Amino acid sequence: MSFNLKPEAQSLKPKMIALIDYGAGNLTSVKKALAAIEAEVFVPAHPAELVRASGVIVPGVGHFGATRALDDEWRNAILERLGEGRPLLGICLGMQWLFEGSAEAPDCPGLGLLAGACYRLTGNAEAEPVVKVPHVGWNALAMQRDTVIADGISSGAQVYFTHSYVGPISGDTVAATEHGEPFAAIVERGPVSGVQFHPEKSGEVGLRILRNFLQVAR
Amino acid sequence: MLSKRIIACLDVRDGQVVKGINFEGLRSAGDPAALARRYNRELIDELVILDITATLESRQALADTIRAVARELFIPLAVGGGIRTERDAAAAVEAGADKVSLNTAAIADPPLITTLAKRYGSQAVIVAIDAKRSGDHYAVYVRSGQTAAERDAVDWAREAESRGAGEILLTSIDRDGTKAGFDCEMTAAVSKAVSIPVIASGGAGGLDHFVDVFKAGAADAALAASIFHYAETSVQVLKEHLRAHGIPVRL
Repeated sequence: MSFNLKPEAQSLKPKMIALIDYGAGNLTSVKKALAAIEAEVFVPAHPAELVRASGVIVPGVGHFGATRALDDEWRNAILERLGEGRPLLGICLGMQWLFEGSAEAPDCPGLGLLAGACYRLTGNAEAEPVVKVPHVGWNALAMQRDTVIADGISSGAQVYFTHSYVGPISGDTVAATEHGEPFAAIVERGPVSGVQFHPEKSGEVGLRILRNFLQVAR
Repeated sequence: MLSKRIIACLDVRDGQVVKGINFEGLRSAGDPAALARRYNRELIDELVILDITATLESRQALADTIRAVARELFIPLAVGGGIRTERDAAAAVEAGADKVSLNTAAIADPPLITTLAKRYGSQAVIVAIDAKRSGDHYAVYVRSGQTAAERDAVDWAREAESRGAGEILLTSIDRDGTKAGFDCEMTAAVSKAVSIPVIASGGAGGLDHFVDVFKAGAADAALAASIFHYAETSVQVLKEHLRAHGIPVRL
């Protein structure tokens, strides 16, 4: 028998998602959510291991300075995968890192794939209700355009945020959210995407976004 | 606009959900994973698992409960009760908790707040304050409401914030289990003193109690247990009621 097994064999190859652990927060929840959508996940101990990745996720919570652990070797490995068409998703601090930098750690450059720098939400103690910073809880998405990462998500869908710094609204903004001021909640530029909220903690809406990412991983 | 959160608390003993009246006389209310599933269908915003016995023997049961709940729920999950050390907190986080809630340990060892905030981020650290009215202020109690901590709730909330706490879970001992409504004055006093979110707890008995605590109490979130466990009120009915009163919710 001489069937061409190649296309099928390729489609059966599991999609390996590399989850980058740079010491900024706990990865358990992200791993569980990816397991729930049947993604194969590995946490590379060294940048060279990224060659196995069908897609790369940079998660993270906390201070922007923590991204310093993503040194040139990591940056180059991530950019190399991206150059080969493997998508990259930043979550929360990982999304902020996609920008040029952040006012939270001005001496620490971001990856610079997205224009602009992150800044702190202003808050408003006089507003009714009070606009507190950090921004913690469920808030609505206002969709700006149709994209791969937010496929199937409608304006008004709510997702779970916990952060004080935000990325600027630009042409890369897919969805904006309002907390005293509008900011970028979802961004996408080619194979690069980012979410300021936590898809792993945002119920069905969050799982849909992770599935969308898995769909384009290859 | 940021939604006001409705949080269900599962008071767990030996892997089963129970709910006490004024911290005593516990009644059983069922399997935590089954309850968590029901709440998730009803669009609960967050869950708290509170280990109310917190003995050494119950530790393994607690980790199993966290794992069972975290496996199928993709909303924030907090765990409290008997978290005394960094090791206890790490065990809860490794089992799947997104946040740990410190109560007695935060008073006994305030640097623990900072240690955990540095390790997991402030968003993962809740300081739980149990307080009751005492003259013109609110007195903090520890050890399940048994021991006066000789601290004022407003001052302690401010200190907890400065040490790295990401949220305050404020329980009125006077109201807990009474269904007489939240202590809105106390909640407002604490909520206005800090910039981190304040979760109001203790006294939920009816839909309007939640309206009151979000408006007069300036709460960012409200937590209840028995009102939901015994299906007296569904989360969805509550949220529709809040929305009808102009309070932003996730529906």
